[in-house]
Amino acid sequence: MSEALHSLWARLFPQGHEITVSGDTLFGSAMTSMGAVHVLGTTQHVAVNSRIALTLAQHVMHCIEQDQDLDQPRPIVMIADTQGQELSRREELLGLNGYFAHLARCVEGARLRGHPLVTLIHGEAVSGGFLAFGLLADRIIALPQVEVRVMDLRAMSRITRIDYSRLTELAQVSPVFAPGPENYWRMGGIHEIWTETDNWAERLTEQFMVSHQDQRPLLGLERKGRLLAAPVAERVIHAASASTKA
Amino acid sequence: MKEIKRSYREAQARARLEALFDKATFQEWVSPLERLTSPHLASLGAPVSFDDGVVVGEGLVATKQVVAIAQEGLFNGGAVGEVHGAKIRGALLKAIEMKAQYVIFLVDSGGVRLHEANAGLIAISEIMRALFLVQEAGIPVIALVGGSCGAFGGMGIVTRLCDVVIMSEEGRMGLSGPEVIETVKGVDEFDAKDRALVWRVTGGKIRRTLNEAQILAEDSLTAFRSALVELLDQGVIGKSLSLAELQQEHAKLVQRAELDPAIRDGAQVWHAMGIEEDVPLLSVNAFNQRLEEVHHE
Repeated sequence: MSEALHSLWARLFPQGHEITVSGDTLFGSAMTSMGAVHVLGTTQHVAVNSRIALTLAQHVMHCIEQDQDLDQPRPIVMIADTQGQELSRREELLGLNGYFAHLARCVEGARLRGHPLVTLIHGEAVSGGFLAFGLLADRIIALPQVEVRVMDLRAMSRITRIDYSRLTELAQVSPVFAPGPENYWRMGGIHEIWTETDNWAERLTEQFMVSHQDQRPLLGLERKGRLLAAPVAERVIHAASASTKA
Repeated sequence: MKEIKRSYREAQARARLEALFDKATFQEWVSPLERLTSPHLASLGAPVSFDDGVVVGEGLVATKQVVAIAQEGLFNGGAVGEVHGAKIRGALLKAIEMKAQYVIFLVDSGGVRLHEANAGLIAISEIMRALFLVQEAGIPVIALVGGSCGAFGGMGIVTRLCDVVIMSEEGRMGLSGPEVIETVKGVDEFDAKDRALVWRVTGGKIRRTLNEAQILAEDSLTAFRSALVELLDQGVIGKSLSLAELQQEHAKLVQRAELDPAIRDGAQVWHAMGIEEDVPLLSVNAFNQRLEEVHHE
């Protein structure tokens, strides 16, 4: 296990843990002041492929199975560290999107049974690999010095054909496309960013009591980083409907 | 009078909806006249569209009350930005509120809109969560994939969350587009200019073969409408999140991943299944029939 993970566990779970890292995924349980929690996730900035999606899905199903008879299923702490999805023709042929959808359905299955879901971004969280599980949690937390993005600005400049210098300039004022956890925080896509001096063990347990409802559009509005997501959805919901007309 | 078959792939979002719904029953919510455009595209000096590339509304299909979401592939590759995503999320939540019988999702998208990448990525995860709520409310969601942009990136994941996927051979579905794979991994990994190869890896016939799509239709508006009407008349049993069903799906995916590691082309999949015909040349009917035979054997 890497040095970084050892010190992460020490700060999150001072009361002890039994987490095993095998290759680029991890799984186990840990003790907190609020009781035992499940821990699963990825490490080493892995590119998520079908094999890893299946491993994670298996872990999530295992959590559901273990807690089937509990009144309050235990929280699942998901460690997200991914550079995105694996780019491979073989993986596309297998239908990697379908593997990711299956993983997402397992995570939703856990939510439905009452497991609180908390994602901790450790390392980096990029695009497809992040969408498949980390971004589906009830609470999404960025640890210090992490990277969160869809694509870096140079690649983005190549694809959108907008000058790199123009993009870096705009990135200073707009949270909407520039990489970085602060931008995601402003848009409501990340609930909290923890600092080195925070008590992580304590802050972690604060996440377990929260709502299962997706309130990110409102959070983005409150933090002024995403002004349209909530009101536009409201406008559609309140649009005149044939079925509600007298 | 002989009916002229119009291509689904070539049609725009509103024409697709008009053809799919019972005559003159489709009603659009938040019309383009309300001008919900993307401020983020505007600030980058990129063209905007008055519907931000997606049409949402309701109507009747085979007399059943249906909510529709239709992405416009011709605008920015159907890519999901803040407004686009919020319209989809709003439509999904409204379907629950009005207790619609079905939701149809005409996917035609490369995924996240890079000009507003963060907003797009968050929006897709919000769409995923809203789609789960629709399914949990007992409303099946049917994806239709036959547009020129296919169903890629996050929208490829969203499509596979749906209860049924109807696809044309011309439709494509995956996670990373061939161009992205070629750019990063090189032409030996995936030659995006080899159209036939691209279709054998991502196209409707191979997706149908692997049961990623449950219905393969011809590329015409009437064929998509017939497939949809037939499906709604039969009734759709939605997916469930029961542990037993998740485990069953898991077992199927494990089995598929065990395919010979040398297999990287749909042609090899068909060969391994004992289908010796030149599959891309088979008509949709002949293909569907052949697939059924193989499953019976």
